[in-house]
Amino acid sequence: MKINCALIGSGNIGTDLMYKLKRSEILNPLWMVGIDPESDGLLRAQKDGMKITSDGVDGLLPFIKEDGVKIAFDATSAYVHGENNRKLAELGVKVIDLTPAAIGPFCVPSVNMDELLKADVQNVNMVTCGGQATIPMIAAVSAVQEVEYAEIIATAASKSAGPGTRANIDEFTETTKLGIEQIGGAKKGKAIIILNPAEPPLMMRDTVHCQTAEKPDEEAITASVHAMVKEVQKFVPGYTLKNGPVFDGKKVTIWLEVEGLGDYLPKYAGNLDIITAAATNIAEKMAYSIKEGK
Amino acid sequence: MDLKGKKITIHDMSLRDGMHSVRHQFTLDQMTAMSTAMDKAGVPMIEVTHGDGLGGSSLNYGYGLHTDEEWLDAVVPNMTQAKISALLLPGIGIVKDLERAVEHGITTVRVATHSTEADCSAQHIKAAVGMKLDTVGFLMMAHMVDEKRLVEEARKMVSYGANCIYATDSAGYLLPDMVASRVAALKKEFGDEIELGFHGHNNMSMGVANSLAAIEAGATRIDASLAGFGAGSGNTATEVLVAVCNRMGVETGVDLDLIEDAAEDIALPIMGKPTRISRDSLTLGYAGVYSSFLLFARRAEAKYGIDARALLVELGKRGMIGGQEDMIDDCAMEMARAKGLI
Repeated sequence: MKINCALIGSGNIGTDLMYKLKRSEILNPLWMVGIDPESDGLLRAQKDGMKITSDGVDGLLPFIKEDGVKIAFDATSAYVHGENNRKLAELGVKVIDLTPAAIGPFCVPSVNMDELLKADVQNVNMVTCGGQATIPMIAAVSAVQEVEYAEIIATAASKSAGPGTRANIDEFTETTKLGIEQIGGAKKGKAIIILNPAEPPLMMRDTVHCQTAEKPDEEAITASVHAMVKEVQKFVPGYTLKNGPVFDGKKVTIWLEVEGLGDYLPKYAGNLDIITAAATNIAEKMAYSIKEGK
Repeated sequence: MDLKGKKITIHDMSLRDGMHSVRHQFTLDQMTAMSTAMDKAGVPMIEVTHGDGLGGSSLNYGYGLHTDEEWLDAVVPNMTQAKISALLLPGIGIVKDLERAVEHGITTVRVATHSTEADCSAQHIKAAVGMKLDTVGFLMMAHMVDEKRLVEEARKMVSYGANCIYATDSAGYLLPDMVASRVAALKKEFGDEIELGFHGHNNMSMGVANSLAAIEAGATRIDASLAGFGAGSGNTATEVLVAVCNRMGVETGVDLDLIEDAAEDIALPIMGKPTRISRDSLTLGYAGVYSSFLLFARRAEAKYGIDARALLVELGKRGMIGGQEDMIDDCAMEMARAKGLI
């Protein structure tokens, strides 16, 4: 038996997530929650047989118990996540937060998922798309030696960034910075985001600069980075190392490209996949725990 | 062209766009010297920040020699009449950076987005309006959109509260008629409700000509910099613009002798060599590429053996926009690999 889930937010991220969850062997996306009855995501969910409401999270709450919803994904915005989470937590629902609200601990599956599962937390935050793409690389460098400073530049196609993302630009940079420090292991972090309007849209690109405390061990860092790329590829096959690591004094630079599966938006929107696949990843592990009654 | 009787506000870029020419390495004394000379000459507005705006100091764009706050402190207390502005690019700088800059004395902020991405500026423009700042929406790479789209994006910024909109020719690509049509479209949309401005780069030697076209079409704020210091082939030279405005009867309030002296005696020795249109910086304008890519492309040329011009043209073809300096080395490595150079 699958574990029932609700998707809150019917924008780009929520809709892409819906397709990922539909393929899951353990998760059943039962509800899609939006605020605009005409939104493409809600219409698609309805067509696919999901239950829908356009009354926001309040439209879902009365059905949580009777429908046995155990896990909810919040892909709305940082501004409303706190309230959504409070209501869901009261009903015993575990929440995977895909906004940059960061109420709960950060989750970057290839780096710290096991810890979070052991701690059995109610809310986890998926950092940001840029964070999911770059923090594993910073962690890979940190695993070899101390990183004084890490900086990432995440570039996504304009078409892949919905109104929620655009209204949350500061939250994106600040949350990603914290993720770089707390999960990536850099002493100090900085994040930059660019939306590029080129047509046809460009693939998501991410650049990672790390400044190491001592002279970088080139061989060990290169091996660690390559191993981590393979880890991430397990759930995002289109995650590729385009260039680097390039070493310049104490600076280590890594250029990545993230191609998506093209579930909702076309393949250029790897920024959706990198975060929705990560969210699916931890939710599946949570679901197995729930099923086993842990 | 009859501009007689028009009045414009010159906004000097030497201490912000000029940062690109020196890899953001102005000393505090240099900032003080240039800003006081301009203040004395009657320049009404001066921009101060890292070349990439508040929070721009980074591995990606280059570390500043000082923080934005230190630079502001070297300028603001010495001003007798000039107002100080900061640039803020959402995605690079954040509202907290803006709040700090306000504490250090800025009274104008220019919130800059690519000319199709104005909705990324809502947070920052609203915050600026809340802080009672003179708030400018700065639409970069304005050559990449037509008049209709430019107006649509400007409308968004105005809806968030911007009181002035700029058509920004970041690539120095626009020719006078293209500037005129863009500014005229904005004028038609906003009338006298919203002030309009133009920011030029001199990559095609159009700095002054484009500024005049903008003034004729209704722009009243014009960006310029001492001796033209700025990214690429630099901005419109302040002293030249003032001289031309004097001849044409456009009021700037800037003293020509004093601004010439500021350019020649203060700015030029600091910059070391005059700004000129080189083959590389001409390529920026010719191919429509973000002007601050210039020095990065030259460094990539030295490192990977790829011609800077070919690299800039390729970056233009790939649709790279302002802020994507990280893609310059990436592209250079790809080109070098294809040529068997690495």
